[in-house]
Amino acid sequence: MTDPLTQPPKKNPQIRTRVPTRPSHFRSRAALGIAAAAAEGRFMLQVCADCGVVQYPPRDACCGCLSVELPWQDVSSTGRLIAETTVRTSTNTYFRERTPWRVGTVRLAIGPSVICHIHGDLAVDDEARIVSLLDKSGQGVLFAVPANATANMEDDPQMREMTCDPKFRRVLITDARNENTPALAKALADAQASMIFIGEAESWRPYPGQQAIHAMANIEVLPLDVTDTRSVAELCGEIGGKTDILINNARFVRPGGITGRDDVVFAREEMEVNYFGLLRLAQAFGPAMRGRGADGDNSAVAWVNMMSVHAWSNSPDYGLFSASSAAALSLSQNLRAELWGGGVRVLNVFTGPTEDEWHQPLPPPKVTPEAIARSMITGLRGGLEDVFVGDVAKDLIERWRVSPKILEREMIETMGTGS
Amino acid sequence: MSDQTAAPSSTLSDLALSLASGAIQVVDLTHTLDPDFPVIVLPPEFGQCARFRIEEISAYDHRGPAWKWHNFTCGEHTGTHFDAPAHWISGRDLPNNSVDSIPVEQFVGPVCVIDCTEGAAADDDFELTPQVIIAWERQHGEIPAGSWVLMRTDWSARRGAAYLNMREDGPHSPGPTPDAIRLLVDERQIRGFGTETVGTDAGQGVHYTPPFPAHFYLHGAGRLGLQCLNNLSQLPPTGAILIATPLKIKQGTGSPLRVIALVQEER
Repeated sequence: MTDPLTQPPKKNPQIRTRVPTRPSHFRSRAALGIAAAAAEGRFMLQVCADCGVVQYPPRDACCGCLSVELPWQDVSSTGRLIAETTVRTSTNTYFRERTPWRVGTVRLAIGPSVICHIHGDLAVDDEARIVSLLDKSGQGVLFAVPANATANMEDDPQMREMTCDPKFRRVLITDARNENTPALAKALADAQASMIFIGEAESWRPYPGQQAIHAMANIEVLPLDVTDTRSVAELCGEIGGKTDILINNARFVRPGGITGRDDVVFAREEMEVNYFGLLRLAQAFGPAMRGRGADGDNSAVAWVNMMSVHAWSNSPDYGLFSASSAAALSLSQNLRAELWGGGVRVLNVFTGPTEDEWHQPLPPPKVTPEAIARSMITGLRGGLEDVFVGDVAKDLIERWRVSPKILEREMIETMGTGS
Repeated sequence: MSDQTAAPSSTLSDLALSLASGAIQVVDLTHTLDPDFPVIVLPPEFGQCARFRIEEISAYDHRGPAWKWHNFTCGEHTGTHFDAPAHWISGRDLPNNSVDSIPVEQFVGPVCVIDCTEGAAADDDFELTPQVIIAWERQHGEIPAGSWVLMRTDWSARRGAAYLNMREDGPHSPGPTPDAIRLLVDERQIRGFGTETVGTDAGQGVHYTPPFPAHFYLHGAGRLGLQCLNNLSQLPPTGAILIATPLKIKQGTGSPLRVIALVQEER
């Protein structure tokens, strides 16, 4: 078993905050496939389309038949640890600060033996499972964990370097008014987040869940309106230095496309919240979090955006909302690039139509707040970048990957069903 | 020019002297334009009034080394604001019904302040009725034609959620009844009507016939509205002059503005 993580002590104000360093981020183009798989929590390797040989490490031509047809596929992750060693010093600053560090070799059941980081509970000859994880440089690495879960395994120091576990971390949820906020806050509390800040816009205007949110334990409701630059700056001034995970669930959505209205009022509000809101938060909290990417056991670790899956392909009956979501998706990539230097992960949680008043006339399936909350926790614990919640989102992204153009045509045909 | 300086005392020069001596005070009836100041809330499927927002362009920095300035955005009906007749469907076909076309002399006039603080303190839905107006007139004389009439409730002292006082059945705040507004508009021929609340109508004004009677009758008759006023406690019941000049927005239906009053010092 792993020694359970203990509540990190209060910060010593006389000690300089450790500057984030990174493990090597250089990869070949072929090897980036591991990062792409890790971003979604999948274990994928190249499998030769001609001879079927599973490839490791990633390469441009098959090690069996020299074919260049090497598509990435989900493959079995089971194997056995056949060798291990402990690195006690390194020329790389990142590892030098974190030694001792265990690495080893796992022989996969599907053939190759892989070099990987290894979990503290894993010993030579143990059954192992390989997971792809993103390291602090945002690159994909292979990590061997015990085949069966062990006690507190998520607290393993090497593993926690790769994940964004909310345990003992301080979280900001940006929009108390969103119908999913109570579920998000509860899930984070259950995951042992040490403090949950919740931003509340326009406290002069009551909203349905207000009393329930204010009654929750371990919650601090603070003024925050993502459409108001000063409000964002003021809150960041107060808690930017102790926001370890930022959950941006602020959203403005109205049904309709271009010709549904004769004005840009709602479209502008969608951009104000969904796009500029993210931008304001990123300009304020981004630098503060990037600077605290190595600040001990409760370092800044993740930025979560709740986003419509129609960021990928426009849903004409929510056409303007989809457009603002596409803008937000693009901005989240910019944010990922800029937080990368601090080792802070950007996780986008994509949903189809959600169970709320703005999708009320649409048929099921619709995504519940609880499902969003579960996926958010899964994404954080897995250190993921992209999570698709519910059948609509999962189906849409699969179709997008096959052909964005065909999907665009299909979206026109499904107009009026909302998905 | 020398002729002018030698000119005998005139109303304006007396005014200037009174302002300089403090015999006439200038009172600010305006709330600060603050991003967190409440605006009227409509059912969410309707378009909403934009909140006041402010973005820094530069602040003596790399974005503009020697100067500081902001861009701000808001609705015509954000903060302490003016309603033109074009704001309401009843006034939409009147001539000169927008802020840019209303003759400027309409913006300045004597003001009567009807103190409803006691009633509003006891009842969030306090109604300004003809009886209240007539009782006030018994004390202060009939409201002169061309007056601004302000309903003082001390509602401006409320903060946060207490201001809109929104409940599940909508906002609750004081305002005039249809009969009261008709009395003021048709019989007293007032210039305009102002309140400390977010609108000239009561919070529950949608339930009158017609709905929102202050908006309906005032603007239907080409009269003006002021809302979100402040500091009405500093005005006497009669005798002050109100100056309310909206921004000259092309075809604008209203405007945030600085409302001031000239008040003669009591002797």
